[in-house]
Amino acid sequence: MIAHVQGDNINYLKTRSGIMNWLVTVDHKRIGMMYLASILCFFITGGTFAFLFRLELWSPLKEFLTPDQYNQFFTLHGVIMVFLVVVPGIPAALGNFILPLQIGAKDLAFPKLNLTSLYLYWLGAAIALWSIVAGHADQGWTMYAPYSLSQNPAVLWMMVAAFFLGFSSILTGLNFIVTMHNMRAPGMTWYRMPLFLWAMYATGIMQIFATPVLAITLILLLIENFFGIGIFDPTLGGDPLLMQHFFWFYSHPAVYIIVVPGFGIASEIIAAFSKKDIFGYRFVAYSSVAIAIIGFVVWGHHMFVAGQSELADSIFSFLTFFTAIPSAIKVFNWTATLYKGSIDLKTPMLYALQFLWNFTIGGLTGIILAILSVDIHLHDTYFVVSHFHYVAMGSTMVAFIGGIHYWWPKMTGKMYNETVGKIAAWLVFIGFNATFFVQLIMGSLGSPRRYYHYWDQFQIYHQISTVGLVILAIGLFTALINLIGSFWNGSVAPANPWGAKTLEWQADSPPVLYNFTETPIVTHGPYAFETEKA
Amino acid sequence: MATASTGLPEHHVAHHFDSAEQEFDSVKTGMWLFIASEIMMFGALFVGALLFHTLHPAAFSEGSSHLNWHLGAINTFFLLTSGLTMGLAVIAAQHGEQGKVRMNLVLSIILASGFLVVKTIEYSAKFEHGTLPGRLWHAHGFTDPFSHIFFGLYFVMTGLHATHVLIGMGMMIWALYRSTQVKFTRGYFTPIEMVAIYWALVDLVWVFLFPLLYLIG
Repeated sequence: MIAHVQGDNINYLKTRSGIMNWLVTVDHKRIGMMYLASILCFFITGGTFAFLFRLELWSPLKEFLTPDQYNQFFTLHGVIMVFLVVVPGIPAALGNFILPLQIGAKDLAFPKLNLTSLYLYWLGAAIALWSIVAGHADQGWTMYAPYSLSQNPAVLWMMVAAFFLGFSSILTGLNFIVTMHNMRAPGMTWYRMPLFLWAMYATGIMQIFATPVLAITLILLLIENFFGIGIFDPTLGGDPLLMQHFFWFYSHPAVYIIVVPGFGIASEIIAAFSKKDIFGYRFVAYSSVAIAIIGFVVWGHHMFVAGQSELADSIFSFLTFFTAIPSAIKVFNWTATLYKGSIDLKTPMLYALQFLWNFTIGGLTGIILAILSVDIHLHDTYFVVSHFHYVAMGSTMVAFIGGIHYWWPKMTGKMYNETVGKIAAWLVFIGFNATFFVQLIMGSLGSPRRYYHYWDQFQIYHQISTVGLVILAIGLFTALINLIGSFWNGSVAPANPWGAKTLEWQADSPPVLYNFTETPIVTHGPYAFETEKA
Repeated sequence: MATASTGLPEHHVAHHFDSAEQEFDSVKTGMWLFIASEIMMFGALFVGALLFHTLHPAAFSEGSSHLNWHLGAINTFFLLTSGLTMGLAVIAAQHGEQGKVRMNLVLSIILASGFLVVKTIEYSAKFEHGTLPGRLWHAHGFTDPFSHIFFGLYFVMTGLHATHVLIGMGMMIWALYRSTQVKFTRGYFTPIEMVAIYWALVDLVWVFLFPLLYLIG
């Protein structure tokens, strides 16, 4: 034991203060907190772009943005939210902090690699921000050829940014999987792992196997832009559909990289606030892995109207229906967990319940979109926009915010104000659903997405949606201020404020530098509430 | 701390691991996952190449006839032999034979350099004939209008592979340096094993690249 001795029993926030010590730290908890702060900043940035173009859509005519600015704003909203917020989101911030604690390890398997992945994230983020200044990126976040082949410097920088962010994502997933394989505390068997970790495992698989395909796609797009080798550009003999296949081979699993961690958080919160073992633990665990595997073979459903063969369309449609099975297993098992539980409607639980509501809508609208004939009508309408926002925002971000509240006492050692937290949760629920439910109706009536001018009959839907967004924004800022305010006026958090059973609650709040003063020995499952009563 | 025989210190297990075994298993799992990731990346490229092979078979047949398969075969020999020497380096490290480790690493580096020399000869020939990717293409005498796609893919695939060869050589040089800092024993040979696993990927990709580009016409 060398330099660390004196810091061993002091909490991780106090061991070595000063910004330089944070910047070179290899402690998973500090890295997780830095990720959390960065991701929340970008969530506000991406949200601001959405807020501005949603205000613009108040009327069918020009309010204050030009059509060109409108295109740029939805592109920036998409790129920032996907690559900088929801994809890294839960794993990089909460996973980093909680994963080693939940398996009783001192740190992730590769602490320096973890710091590297944070710096790659920052590098990617800096380049993405630079692309805003470098020119006008208006190709949409999907970077489809030939829109993305115009040698527009903003688009090129965005590709470089996404490349680094992808690399960061691979390293995080790799680190998590290795840690779960090799660093579990004595007695922590696979089936004693909290479901959040099963979700992290499934996410890690997708990060490792899908992201490299995005990497090569971006490299090829860059090469196509600079040299015109004719792989994606149809005028040179290339195949733009190949680019879409490559892109969705990553980006469909990416949707599950986004949402599966949310499943994990929901499982933790629902068990803890129902004071009950999760119903059908193994089914919930396996269904995360099943979603990860099925997620690799459904990408073609993004291309039903892109000129794919009818045979391919039918196969992809058929396989897409399969994803409904593990998803439904989860929803039913969470509901069954609530049944006869001692439900405590604290703030995290309110978020978990609205997650359940939003995810059910997000999942079922996905089934509707998987139907070939219906998709021809709904493709590229607001229905699709609403569907994926119900998943990415309504499920993932809501679960993320719920998770932040749930683990906030552990991460900071402070309790937030419960009443304010609950009010914020309700505002988020009402605001989110007001914003996006009308978009389902508007889309089913045929209103196309990404249009600057729209037909007059859709104005009322756009206006409801914009008002909804205002409520949502107020809710989110209330939650944020409540959390940050707890640093000053929050009461000191006990080690286990919720009476939860998973291992992280045995550590101090906030945990000491190496998490546990003694390596914990695990003797029961993660949600053993019954054994306590006996 | 330092042993009398070599004067090199033994490896210390990092603070967050319980044992040397746990550390080794973690590093090894991590490396294999990284290799899996690399295979997915190259895999996509191979799928793309096969698609264009189907779309423009004549262009591929014409393009591949302009590659020198003798040079490709020599390079295959270089890489496979370097795979052998890297394997021998691992065995030597497991037996704690520091000298043999270094010798095999140096041999691997020489063979890898040989690969890059041959690759440079091939690339210069392409520059001379103008069979360059995309807009740089200025070759004459090709009948198929899509021949440039074959050479575009040729440069992308071999270029990405050559980058991996360079990274692998960098890792070998690092391992050579490590061999002067720490003693390899039956209980600790992690750096050599990791370089060898990475190098196996470099070999593997080439084993598929060679027939795809040089032999299938």
